[in-house]
Amino acid sequence: MPDSTTDTPAVSTNTGFLSAISQKQRGVSIELDGVSKVYPGQPEAAVDDFSMRIEPGELVMFVGPSGCGKTTTMKMINRIIEPSNGSIRIDGTDILSMDPNQLRRHIGYVIQQIGLFPHLTIAENIGVVPKLLGWSKSRIADRVDELLQTVQLDPEQFAKRYPKQLSGGQQQRAGVARALAADPPVMLMDEPFGATDPITREKLQAEFLRLQADIGKTIIFVTHDFDEAIKLGDRIAVLSDRSQIEQFDTPARILANPANEYVSSFIGQGAALKRLALIPLIDAPLRPAVDGAPQITLQDSLRDALNMLVLTGAAAVNVVDVDHRVCGSITNASISAVLNDAQPVAFAAEGTR
Amino acid sequence: MSIVTETEVSLVDDLKAVPDGSGRRRYGRLARIAAAPVVVGFVLLATYLWIASMQLDSIEKRTLNADYLFARISEHLVLTVAASALVAILAIPAGIAVYRSRSKVVHTVAFGLANIGQATPAVGVVILLAIVWQTGFATALVALVAYSFLPVLRNTLIGLEQVDAGVKEAARGMGMTYSQVLRRIELPLASPVILAGLRTALVFCVSVATIATFINAGGLGDMIVNGLKLQRFPVLFVGAILVAAIAVLIDWIAGLVEEFVKPRGL
Repeated sequence: MPDSTTDTPAVSTNTGFLSAISQKQRGVSIELDGVSKVYPGQPEAAVDDFSMRIEPGELVMFVGPSGCGKTTTMKMINRIIEPSNGSIRIDGTDILSMDPNQLRRHIGYVIQQIGLFPHLTIAENIGVVPKLLGWSKSRIADRVDELLQTVQLDPEQFAKRYPKQLSGGQQQRAGVARALAADPPVMLMDEPFGATDPITREKLQAEFLRLQADIGKTIIFVTHDFDEAIKLGDRIAVLSDRSQIEQFDTPARILANPANEYVSSFIGQGAALKRLALIPLIDAPLRPAVDGAPQITLQDSLRDALNMLVLTGAAAVNVVDVDHRVCGSITNASISAVLNDAQPVAFAAEGTR
Repeated sequence: MSIVTETEVSLVDDLKAVPDGSGRRRYGRLARIAAAPVVVGFVLLATYLWIASMQLDSIEKRTLNADYLFARISEHLVLTVAASALVAILAIPAGIAVYRSRSKVVHTVAFGLANIGQATPAVGVVILLAIVWQTGFATALVALVAYSFLPVLRNTLIGLEQVDAGVKEAARGMGMTYSQVLRRIELPLASPVILAGLRTALVFCVSVATIATFINAGGLGDMIVNGLKLQRFPVLFVGAILVAAIAVLIDWIAGLVEEFVKPRGL
């Protein structure tokens, strides 16, 4: 009975759209308009009148405390949870009238529990959606190899293994590879790195950023870790109860100008330091070089520069480019100056992302 | 059942790919696997030698000969296997239906009935059915199915319920339909628990099939009852030993099958 839904006429009218968006592997826009979710028997809505537009190729972080409705909001986009009200459009097309199973095959989905199928090999796990989409065996095999390499798992070594033979970090990479299998333009990620240890998480985050720079998907990424949001997000939506948007902006602007008390409390201590981490030395005004000062590269952030100043006790550090040519120096005073009138600089930094 | 068979096929291929554990572990496993048939073989041999050394009277001779024994054993096995197969055909889909309905009422009714089936003494069921319906094989079959329905129903439900919620959500999130999730994910992952239920049912059937004799459905119960009635201890003893041996061996075979068809990677 549930199988029959895939054959309903409504689907065939949408396959055109779905194949159209799957051509756009570089990401498509997502619009949520007045979306609500009310569970029967509960007086308060879990998500109340949520509206947002996400640009193609943007990585948007939903941050908020547990139970604020951020996951519910995300899961309405692939209709794991059906909205009670409102409309959701992907690339301008309403998805609520589509067959949910067809829709989900074109949206990557990564969850905290990873959910690799324990009785299938890693290669079979990654091949699930392509198989559902009716790809040929050889095309699936090629894609699996390519993806394993993308997430830095050696196909020779890992393709034939079962999930339980992998470490947590390796499993999460396989999970990401599986979500990318059919090259969906949209990815939904629900605390994907939440269950890994701090070192693995840091590594996975860095890899994920590199990957996103390559693939440019439209990604909604749910986390309760504000530092993760700053590190990964193009824009961050800080959410409170019933998934109310307290602020929706770039990490730099949220750090510099928190909209209200709630957002400030979420940022926590050390907002200035977090801002420094977002500003690369390339965007900081440099002073003339100082002889014998410790060196730092142009790709590092102001936070790294400050770190070196504190560690070495030097008055200034020299900034060098990739060819080890000294470009100038930076001091405590110049870092403060950047922070104090830094808004334009920080914006410029954001603009280049 | 067809679903489980599907997994079996792919699993057989996979078995070759992954090498076994250390030598010592394999040794221990071999000992565990060989233990049951060795013990049964020893007991059967001892029984045979004991009977062979005895002077049998004409009544005992009528029972303790190869033709008679094989006939009873095959009746017993046919009854057991037929009942277990029926239970598999009925109870596994029933378990799936209960799981899928997610309704308290359906759950309560199904388990209520299965509980009654198992709680009611099988002798009572057999005799009642014989009175209101008929004697013979069919009646014995119904009684056995009623008696061994519960473990399979219960294990099917538990097996499906214990599949990790993250795995189920990932499957749904990837765009599998409900029946694809069931066939490709839930049933293969539940299969070890379902098979364990079937194994229990098989062993139940072997022991309960002895009462088929009361309604003229044959089996090794004939020997036990005759041995008691005619006070021929060797007949009673051989009947009992054979039932026990069959139960142990069937459990052993089912264990091997379980081991063999268990999905790789679990």
